[in-house]
Order: sequence, then C-alpha cells, then structure tokens
Amino acid sequence: MDLAQVLEIASCTDPGMVRSHNEDSIATDAAHGLVVLADGMGGYNAGEVASGMATNVIVTEMRQVLESTQPNQIDPRTNQTIAARLLREQVLRANSSIYQAAQNQPQYAGMGTTLVASLFYDNRVLVAHLGDSRLYLSRDGELRQVTRDHSLLQEQIDSGLLTVEQAKNAQHKNLVTKALGIDPSVEPEIHEYPTQPGDIYLLCSDGLCDMVEDEEIGATLRALGANLKLAAQQLVQMANDNGGRDNVSVILVRVLREYPGARGVIAKVFAWLK
Amino acid sequence: MAKLILSMDGLVLKEIPLTKERTTIGRKPHNDIQIDNLAVSGEHAVIVTILNDSFLEDLGSTNGTVVNGNPIKKHFLQNNDVIELGKYKLKFMGEAGGASAGGDKADFEKTMVLRPQSAARQTGGDALRSAPAAPRAASMPQAAAAATGIADATKTVPPAPPPAAPRPAGQPVGAIQLLSGANAGKELELTKPLTTLGKPGVQVAVLTRRPQGYFITHVEGAARPNVNGQQIGPAPHALKDHDVIELAGVKMEFFLKA
Repeated sequence: MDLAQVLEIASCTDPGMVRSHNEDSIATDAAHGLVVLADGMGGYNAGEVASGMATNVIVTEMRQVLESTQPNQIDPRTNQTIAARLLREQVLRANSSIYQAAQNQPQYAGMGTTLVASLFYDNRVLVAHLGDSRLYLSRDGELRQVTRDHSLLQEQIDSGLLTVEQAKNAQHKNLVTKALGIDPSVEPEIHEYPTQPGDIYLLCSDGLCDMVEDEEIGATLRALGANLKLAAQQLVQMANDNGGRDNVSVILVRVLREYPGARGVIAKVFAWLK
Repeated sequence: MAKLILSMDGLVLKEIPLTKERTTIGRKPHNDIQIDNLAVSGEHAVIVTILNDSFLEDLGSTNGTVVNGNPIKKHFLQNNDVIELGKYKLKFMGEAGGASAGGDKADFEKTMVLRPQSAARQTGGDALRSAPAAPRAASMPQAAAAATGIADATKTVPPAPPPAAPRPAGQPVGAIQLLSGANAGKELELTKPLTTLGKPGVQVAVLTRRPQGYFITHVEGAARPNVNGQQIGPAPHALKDHDVIELAGVKMEFFLKA
C-alpha cells in the first residue's frame, strides 16, 4: 500500500552551534510509511558511520521485506504482527552490521548509535527505540512523549531518586543504557499505538529535547502544524537559539487520513497472488 | 569532587570529600562522618553519590535532618546547601564550576553508552563499569570512576552544562497594534517565542522571537503577507521597529517597546 498520499513528512537536521560534525542520521520513506532517526557516538567520524549504517540498513531492508508481505497479519510463530517481527529483525541486522564494522576496523572501535524508528501501517504506528532519541505525539494540540529514554537519568527518575524537575539540572544527561552496535546482541523496545487523522508524530535526537522545553515544542507544533516543513526548521532553530550544544535532528509525520490495511478475503487473495 | 564542610558556631572543623558512593553520617563511630553529639542519631543520614550528583537521605533519625532550614527525608544536594544536624552544620560544595571548562565541555555532552544495563542497582553498591571500547569520549571512565568511588582528587570533572540560555534580558519586547479591521487599535504583546497571526485556512503567518530580534514567516495560504507594501519571501523576514504588516486583509504595525 502506498502511504505517500496518507502521510506528510518533513525533516531537518543540523550540526548545531558547537559541533563541527553532524553525527545524527535521518531517513524517511513516505510510500512505505517508514521514518528512522539515529544519533551516533564514537570518536572521529565513527558516530556518523554508525548512525548512517543504522538508518540505511533499516530503511533499505524494511522497504524490501514490506514489498512482499502484509504487515498487519499475525505471525503465528510470535503472535505479533508481521510488521513488529520485521522491524525487530532489521534493527537486529543493523546492530550486527555496526558491531561487526566496529570489531573489524580499529578506527570504528566502540562506535554505536541511538535509534528511533517508526513504521506506519493499518491505522497504527509501530515504534522501535534504543537510547535517548525520542518519539513524541501531538494530538488535539497536546504533546506527549511516546518513548521512554534508555538512559541513566530516566532510570533514576523511575526509581524515585530524581524528580523530573531535578533531572533538568543533572550532569549526566548524556549517558544512555542501551544503544545499537555496542554489543553483539540487543533487544530494542517495540510498541504499537493506534493513530488518528490529524496526529503529528515527532522523532528527535536529544539535541532537541535537551535544548527546548516540551511545552515549547508543543506550542510550536500547535502554531505551525499547518506548515510541517516550517515547523521542522523552527524546532531546529529554537534548539540553536538556545545554545545548540548538540547535533539536532527532527522528523515530523502528519497523518492526513485513515489507512486501514487489507483484511479478510482481499488480503488472502493478495497473499495468494504473491 | 564534591565535598562537605563541617562547622559548628561558624567555626570550620573539617573538610570531607565525598569519595564514596555511600557516605554515612551519625553519632556511632562506624559512620564515615562521626558527629559525637546527643542530638545526632546513631545512624542519622546517608549521602549517596552517583557520578556528579549527590543525594542526602535521612535514615529515620530522632531529630530529623534539615537542609537550608527545611526538614527533608530525601534531598538532591545542590551547591552551597547547608545540612543542619543539631548544632553542627555541613555545607555541601559541588563541583568547582568553570575552572576546568574549555574544550572538554562539548565532549562531556556527547552521548555515551553506560553498562551494565540496570543502573538502578548502583545504589545498592554495585559498581558501574565503563564500556570497554577505546576512543569513547574521555570523560566516560572519569565519570565511572566517580561512581565506583575510586577517589582521585587530581582529576577535574567538567562542570555541568548551564541550563538552556534564558532569553536575553536586555532584549526589548515587541508588540503589534492593529491598524484596520474590527479590532483596530488593539495591541498584542509578543512575549512568547511564537505568535501566530491570521485566519487558519486563509492566510497565516508566525512571528518568532529570537535572540537576534523578531521575524515574520509565512505559514499557510496562497499569498504571503506584505511588510511595508512588499510581499515577503518564503524565508523568515526580520522585522524592524514600525514595520507595517498586512495579513488576511488586516493592517497592523510592529513596534518595539522601550
């Protein structure tokens, strides 16, 4: 199913005001309903390599497997949708690729990347994430954070050591507890949520949410929701105006109308024809 | 490294660096900081230090723990906090700010991986291991060292990044006064970072407040707004004092308040 008519996508990425390199990578494919954002880490240019590999592998491989499957069907082996299984597999594949490259080439040793990847299908959004890159949802003018960071800070908030207010002043915002390409195996956190026409989804690296308050992000999406491209640029600009200490990347996805997947007889015929 | 300064009646008794993950305070001799005073409970309080952050927790003491005049159960210590235990005072001094800034600052902000995955256990005495890989940012092993309690007074840890820069205080506030239409004469102060103007679906523009000043940008509609009779381009247009904006059939004047 071609989702290019259903999803409006705008993105923007910028090295920020301090860094010379942009270690973030983004990739979008409206036709397949796929958006991926990664924030790389590692010396020299290894961060860019890791995040670039992550977005590339996931988008290319997902595109291929989606061509020949009905993502909304249930996989009898895992009792999950095919989409969830496919996305997990491609994330694991990206993990091995990055890990192998880091093992084989000394200049890439220790590189890794955070990840947030969303697949839109059948009136739902599937999101896989690792680390502190986030997915937000702006629905009916209200912004909510969908993913929960895999970071030391988040764990301290969860265990009650820090309040959200105190966390804003903490010194170790940059320590993530999960990432892609660091270990030979990894388990991404994957969830699925129903979407509604009018929803705006925001994928961003920590360069945005560390520099711009959630309220301001929400206000920007409310004010500029009519012009997605401008909203994406405005968010990056706000991060830079506030100091822009890190690379900042945003992807905005607006759901224009419903997009139910093929079901029942049609789906069966379709599957049979394949 | 953070430290405590113990004093009584304004007299400094000693300085105690927070080198351990758990620093206990109490009257009994096995405490890390022993205060031999009857107002202090045997096991009075504990300070848990994780990376560069220290937390004070009262251990159910008889007379309680007071920070900056307020009784607390659990407290995230900030620079210059004063902990009161009976007649004794403990002043908390955080990292020496600014001294070691410079080049490490950006490095410290770099995203880094921390393992093992459950950091929640660290308060129970479990050491944090730094990821083994080589060329990760230099502050990683340093931060981990602080967490495991390996004291190294010579190491300087970069200071915390300052919170997001506030709007420059000296920047004049802009405002819009409507010149035509039903609400002519009305004034609107532009205090928010973003203010949208116009009719949704017809013509909408946004006024953004930035450190450099105010800008107007076209958001939606077939025609772009006019500034001083000239249609603006697709890019943000900088506004000058007394510029006249025409949008969705309404004229308005932009001006800066003194």
